[in-house]
Amino acid sequence: MLPDLECANLTKTFDATAAVRDVSFAVPPGAFFSILGPSGCGKTTIMRMIAGFLEPSGGDILIRGKSVLNVPPNRRPVNMVFQHLALFPMMTIAENIGYGLRRAGMPKPEIERKVGEALERIGLPGIGNRKVDELSGGQKQRVAIARCMVLEPDVLLLDEPLGALDLKLREHMKIELKKLQSAFNTTFVYITHDQSEALVMSDQIAVMNHGRFEQLGTARELYYRPETAFVAGFVGEANRWRGKVERVNGDALELRTETGIVMKGARHGRALNPGDSAEIFVRPEAIRVARDEREVAHFENRICGTVTSLLFNGAASRILVRDDGNGAEIEVAIPQSGDYATLSRGASIHIGWSGDQANCFPAGSA
Amino acid sequence: MRAQSRLGLFLLLTPLLLWLTLLIVIPHIDMLLVSLRERVGVGEYRTSLANYLTFLTEPLYLWTFLRTALMSVLATALTLLIAFPVSYYIAKIAKGRVQSALFLLCLVPFWVSELVRTFGWMILLRETGVFSGLLQWAGLVDGPVEMLYNDVAMMVGLVYTSMLFMVVPLVTTLESLDDSVIEAGYDLGGSGPSILREIVIPHAMPGIVSGCIVVFMLSLGNYLTPTMLGGKESLWFTELIYSQFIVRFNWELGAAFGFMLLLLSSVIVWAVLRLTGQTLEKTMG
Ligand SMILES: Nc1ncnc2c1ncn2[C@@H]1O[C@H](COP(=O)(O)OP(=O)(O)O)[C@@H](O)[C@H]1O
Ligand SMILES: [Mg+2]
Repeated sequence: MLPDLECANLTKTFDATAAVRDVSFAVPPGAFFSILGPSGCGKTTIMRMIAGFLEPSGGDILIRGKSVLNVPPNRRPVNMVFQHLALFPMMTIAENIGYGLRRAGMPKPEIERKVGEALERIGLPGIGNRKVDELSGGQKQRVAIARCMVLEPDVLLLDEPLGALDLKLREHMKIELKKLQSAFNTTFVYITHDQSEALVMSDQIAVMNHGRFEQLGTARELYYRPETAFVAGFVGEANRWRGKVERVNGDALELRTETGIVMKGARHGRALNPGDSAEIFVRPEAIRVARDEREVAHFENRICGTVTSLLFNGAASRILVRDDGNGAEIEVAIPQSGDYATLSRGASIHIGWSGDQANCFPAGSA
Repeated sequence: MRAQSRLGLFLLLTPLLLWLTLLIVIPHIDMLLVSLRERVGVGEYRTSLANYLTFLTEPLYLWTFLRTALMSVLATALTLLIAFPVSYYIAKIAKGRVQSALFLLCLVPFWVSELVRTFGWMILLRETGVFSGLLQWAGLVDGPVEMLYNDVAMMVGLVYTSMLFMVVPLVTTLESLDDSVIEAGYDLGGSGPSILREIVIPHAMPGIVSGCIVVFMLSLGNYLTPTMLGGKESLWFTELIYSQFIVRFNWELGAAFGFMLLLLSSVIVWAVLRLTGQTLEKTMG
């Protein structure tokens, strides 16, 4: 199937700095595609090139198979929801939503009908005559999306649209956005620095750092099989060690950390040889906790330690465990079955994880 | 404590109140009284509307009055037309140092006195002036050309004098327009002119109106520029007031003229505000 949007070797340099370097991706029709990366990594720059506000220094942008490099922004079949929404404050809500249709020369009664439908679709019927500043943050958000969607673009670009909302509303809007996407059945390209937004909503996620795509995959792939140390550290939480590889046996490694723990890990096909320095990432939720040493006996990595902190956060509660041997602190997720509800500081505990869950990367790659 | 702060406020306000009453309120009340006097004999006066009647029945006065109003409106419109693209460039296109440099350039003419500025135009435009010389040198004209003492020269002077007062409010309002709002306009299919009409101008309206009010008042009350650059036919209403007060010693008629001018500017400002749906608070705040 022809992708809705395709970027080939897209590059953008400002003066001396390269904001986007050699980025390639394709978004199939109807997909929710996210670009996830820290602030300043070049996300907005990609978006602005696709929308037509910036000219790429190199590479090509194709929409439905046709290059749009020579098409001005007001003729590209993409629309953009801006970081701060950029609703027109001098117009009413209905005029805002109808703006694009008016510009396209649609007859008035039809515009009215379409605007009414769009307001219905975003769950805000009858607010057409209000002013922009009479709406709440979440309502503005939906109006900004409706304003683009009435034009039926091939691709909708969203630049951190939830950034300005408070936490509760953001959680709600994540689900709302996903619903709107299936309601309008349009391809979404969504950029964010917030991993949970990307993980929850996206079909495909590209993790970006310093202008480059580090990894492109589904949320699960990024989470369970990060390909670079940056992705392992950026997506989800992780305990992190540095160490030296001592032995290699196929994919399995034996390493000694700087703090002196001997640990088993996995390289998942990456080039790591004995003597190399490596970074080791273990997710808090990949670590099993047990009061009895026998329960963790089958894991290759085992530590006996003391609970130093309880980080209660509902379902995502953690504990910090200090290794009795060398004093290193490890973050561990506690199961929510209630067995550990009474765990207190100072308690002695056993933890263990399999070598397969310890992702190792050549050091210095992030 | 309260009494103290009240006293402080009173002391702070005193200069302002003094200034307002002494320089604005009292002279105007006096002017109003003077304008309502009619001289019936030597040192004998009675209250009547005779001065206003003279104004209304004398075609020269009425004509000058109307001409001044129309020319001021024209000067305001021209200033807006020139200042808008300049302000847009300063506020939205120029960045960093270029921006401040351009803004400063608009300010530079105001470092010299109005007299010197107007005299500058005379040097450029007079028969033996720079432009005339250039045209002769280029062979475009045979003899010296007089470009002074006509309506065009006066209009140039008025627009030049008023420019800054239009550019400042325009730059301020245009700067407050988020760039992404303009980009959103393009993104949704708008073209340059339609974005100007539907987004930029409505946003800049308070600045446009306040700039126009200031420029209009300045032009209407200008004396120096019409006198020095304008011709015999381009009589300005302020010149009439001047001649009544100073040349003819007819303070009664001069005061009546002054009040007509005040009335005219108030009516036009009010009409402009009504027409554009702006309020004085919004444009001056
Ligand atoms: N117009 C510009 N001129 C110069 N540098 C820019 C410009 N726009 C962005 N940059 C630089 O490009 C990099 C990426 O910026 P951006 O795409 O806005 O990041 P993000 O949206 O991921 O936070 C940043 O280092 C930024 O300083
Ligand atoms: Mg950004």
